Amino acid sequence: MSDPTADVLSPLHDEHVALGAALTSFAGWQMPLRYTSDLAEHTAVRTAAGLFDLSHMGELEVTGPQAGSALDAALVGHLSALAEGRARYTMIVDEHGGVLDDLVVYRLAPERFVVVANASNVAVVRDALRERLTGFDAALDDASLRTALVAVQGPRAEEIVASATEPADVDAVRALKYYAAVPATVAGLSALVARTGYTGEDGFELFVDAADAPALWRALLAAGAPHGLVPAGLSARDSLRLEAGMPLYGNELDSTTTPYDAGLGRVVRLDKTDADGDPLPFVGRDALAGRADSQPARVLVGLQGLGRRAARHGYPVLASAEAGAAHVGTVTSGAPSPTLGHPVAMAYVTPEVSAPGTELAVDVRGRAEPVRVVPLPFYRRPR
Amino acid sequence: MTALPAHLHYTLEHEWLEDGSPATVGITSTAAEALGDIVYLELPAVGEQIAAGAVVGEIESTKSVSELFSPVSGTVVEVNQDAVDDPSLVNSDPFGRGWLLKVDVASTGPLLTAEEYEAHAAG
Repeated sequence: MSDPTADVLSPLHDEHVALGAALTSFAGWQMPLRYTSDLAEHTAVRTAAGLFDLSHMGELEVTGPQAGSALDAALVGHLSALAEGRARYTMIVDEHGGVLDDLVVYRLAPERFVVVANASNVAVVRDALRERLTGFDAALDDASLRTALVAVQGPRAEEIVASATEPADVDAVRALKYYAAVPATVAGLSALVARTGYTGEDGFELFVDAADAPALWRALLAAGAPHGLVPAGLSARDSLRLEAGMPLYGNELDSTTTPYDAGLGRVVRLDKTDADGDPLPFVGRDALAGRADSQPARVLVGLQGLGRRAARHGYPVLASAEAGAAHVGTVTSGAPSPTLGHPVAMAYVTPEVSAPGTELAVDVRGRAEPVRVVPLPFYRRPR
Repeated sequence: MTALPAHLHYTLEHEWLEDGSPATVGITSTAAEALGDIVYLELPAVGEQIAAGAVVGEIESTKSVSELFSPVSGTVVEVNQDAVDDPSLVNSDPFGRGWLLKVDVASTGPLLTAEEYEAHAAG
């Protein structure tokens, strides 16, 4: 049992308390679970906008003349090919190809990258990167505790962030492409504004110095209020990312899982080459190369619940609702979908039962509840 | 936090019981708040015999699932169909319109006063 009094407090802790948030212990941090209602916060993000505190995420800066090639050797992606001002979703794996964490890497300058890691994995990623950077002319700096991260997510996000941005920077912020980032002055504060998120909506993530976070938070709340923005907690974040079919480390991803198992083989760049066109080795490459063309033993699928009871993390997936049906998989995440009005779940199942339309069942606390395999994501925002 | 009605009895598992014939059973505001938005109720059928301390239903929220323990032994004579149809009633009015069961009571399990329950819930 973790001791909640030992949790790290977000630089926005006082704001959360003032807003009456229910706080929860998450990955060694005390973070807001919800402010009012999970459903209201979820719906606000789908229809207007939500403001999230993500200060528990880790920010690891990798700098130096060989920062890009060091990351090529350390991660599965081809980061030296990333354009300045762009971001990429990637992973760090162990030598067996098992996922240590999923990451977003930003290239802020030719010799400066920021690796954003999940709160629960910051130490693992930092230690692995430090080791893998040995021999490269590159330095690692853990900026996690001095960096705050705030996200504005939802269809009104662009208007809200633009209205809080210094006029000289507004055009650059509005013109940001998905998975791109630009420095901008927001609410009078220096921020890195990225068009990224974890909700399936348009949105922005703003990195600022921890000391500036409360002023930024209050300014965004004020700028967003006329647009329907509400503060949103980790509970809404989880239901939003589930509807959007996005993996959560510890649920869909862990060190026993390869990117291929999770249907994310596209992030593995076995073809990445150096300046001379020679193949670039990276940690886990040999193991992953052996898996690339073979059918994985299990496949990550979406399940639509046909009843009202939701499957949850760890529940067994059954071949049918009949008594004695074979165990064909395990649920990784599940919840009632507020947007769709029925339960949804992600699960690892055997390949034979992974085709969309396949009727299966989930053992929901002793009762077989019917489900149907459906394509991921469950929810795609209207464009 | 909603004030705890003093005339009700409470359980360690966060149910409340209102004396009467039949007696009424629900869950406390503390439980409803901890669960978050309640989206589904699984309740016993009318006529079912239930036993004090036994699991007689499930309360599912967006975030988690909780079991409903019966504070009493007896026969279920009514379930709150309004709450089954709109489980958010349990969040908005846990001691009122969000009641769950009416039970013809044969015997009761261990019950707490409001004061005792408050101390337990705070602990």
